[in-house]
Amino acid sequence: MPAYNEEGSVAAVVRRVYESAPPCDVLVIDDGSSDETAVRAREAGAWVVSMPFNLGIGGAVQTGFLFARDHGYQLVAQIDGDGQHDPAILMRLLSKLSSDESLDMVYGSRFLEAERGYRVPLSRRVGIKLFAFSLTRILGQRITDPTSGFRLCNRRAIELFAAEYPQDYPEVEALLMLRSGGFRFAEVAVQMSNRAGGRSSITRLRSGYYMVKVSLALLAGLLRERVKLTGPTLEPQV
Amino acid sequence: MHARMQIASILFAVAVLVLVFELVRRRKLSERYALLWMSAALALLLLAAWQRLLYLVSRAVGIYYPPTTFLVIAFGFALMLLLNFSIASSRLSAETRTLAQRVALLEMELAHADPDAPLERDRARDAELHPLAGARSPRTGAQRPAANPPGA
Ligand SMILES: Nc1nc2c(ncn2[C@@H]2O[C@H](COP(=O)(O)OP(=O)(O)OP(=O)(O)O)[C@@H](O)[C@H]2O)c(=O)[nH]1
Ligand SMILES: [Mg+2]
Repeated sequence: MPAYNEEGSVAAVVRRVYESAPPCDVLVIDDGSSDETAVRAREAGAWVVSMPFNLGIGGAVQTGFLFARDHGYQLVAQIDGDGQHDPAILMRLLSKLSSDESLDMVYGSRFLEAERGYRVPLSRRVGIKLFAFSLTRILGQRITDPTSGFRLCNRRAIELFAAEYPQDYPEVEALLMLRSGGFRFAEVAVQMSNRAGGRSSITRLRSGYYMVKVSLALLAGLLRERVKLTGPTLEPQV
Repeated sequence: MHARMQIASILFAVAVLVLVFELVRRRKLSERYALLWMSAALALLLLAAWQRLLYLVSRAVGIYYPPTTFLVIAFGFALMLLLNFSIASSRLSAETRTLAQRVALLEMELAHADPDAPLERDRARDAELHPLAGARSPRTGAQRPAANPPGA
């Protein structure tokens, strides 16, 4: 659970994971927060690793994968510390992942079914749709929510991400990485809710940088992996 | 701008773009810095390709020989990139210092936790006097990690 200055919400999310998610250990990656995130998370019973300074979401999440790899965990779920992802839904991600042996990762999509509750702001929605559209084309698989950070990975994916993980807004590139390594993933329809407190890390200015950076990374990634991607295309899955 | 000069400038800007992109593709350059270089190269490309703009800019700042404007702007970008790297390297050295401090403190804590470590001699005294004897890290209040992770 990546958390950056989430003292207002992280404890409740941790407790809810213990209550309603499948049995698991919770590791909160406190990424150089300047507030009480680490203390709150520890009080709620989570393992907390505190980064000496802000690494950004990519480096922070990879720390979680490193921990999981080194300690032999078979499954890792990534869930936001701001209360937007309902831990109870992890059950559904788990049953989807275990329903199909060939899947290495499943992630929650807000757009697979009609949206309810939380609505993504328009500017962000346009960006997400653009990436969704290009990834669907590139991967030959229907992708509706490529920026989702609500995911469940199996051991193979854990090992891949522990060894290599994109920095700065990593989710979109991670999908490309998975596919070019011959991994398979699927979306599960979920709802997300409003933040339980704190502030979004994605400001207006940053979402501009987000778009440009991810586009460049996708383009470079595409040319880097071209050879592998033009292999046999997998049948589209919903 | 003379046609040859224009072509040369355009080729130069395109070469920078291609080089930077290739470096990103080979993972030698992170997107963050690549975007700086690419925006500089794109701005120069624009000025080289769009002569009218170069003339307008030159007139606005009182430069009579437009190619000079091109050079001045290229120089401006170079300065900005340099400043950016100074900022980045300041941040990096601050982060390295923090890392060194944390690692050194950790090593000391580990040495105290390990019964065979040389520092163990002082353990009895430390148990009363040493600030770390309570096994809580002062910054985060972290418990010393258990020998095994929970339920791994
Ligand atoms: N480790 C780490 N986590 C971060 C950082 N920035 C944000 N996060 C966490 O990542 C999760 C998602 O971040 P948000 O800022 O909510 O981004 P988002 O959910 O994509 O965007 P919103 O819809 O605006 O909430 C939260 O749990 C944050 O605490 C960071 O720099 N480092
Ligand atoms: Mg959020």
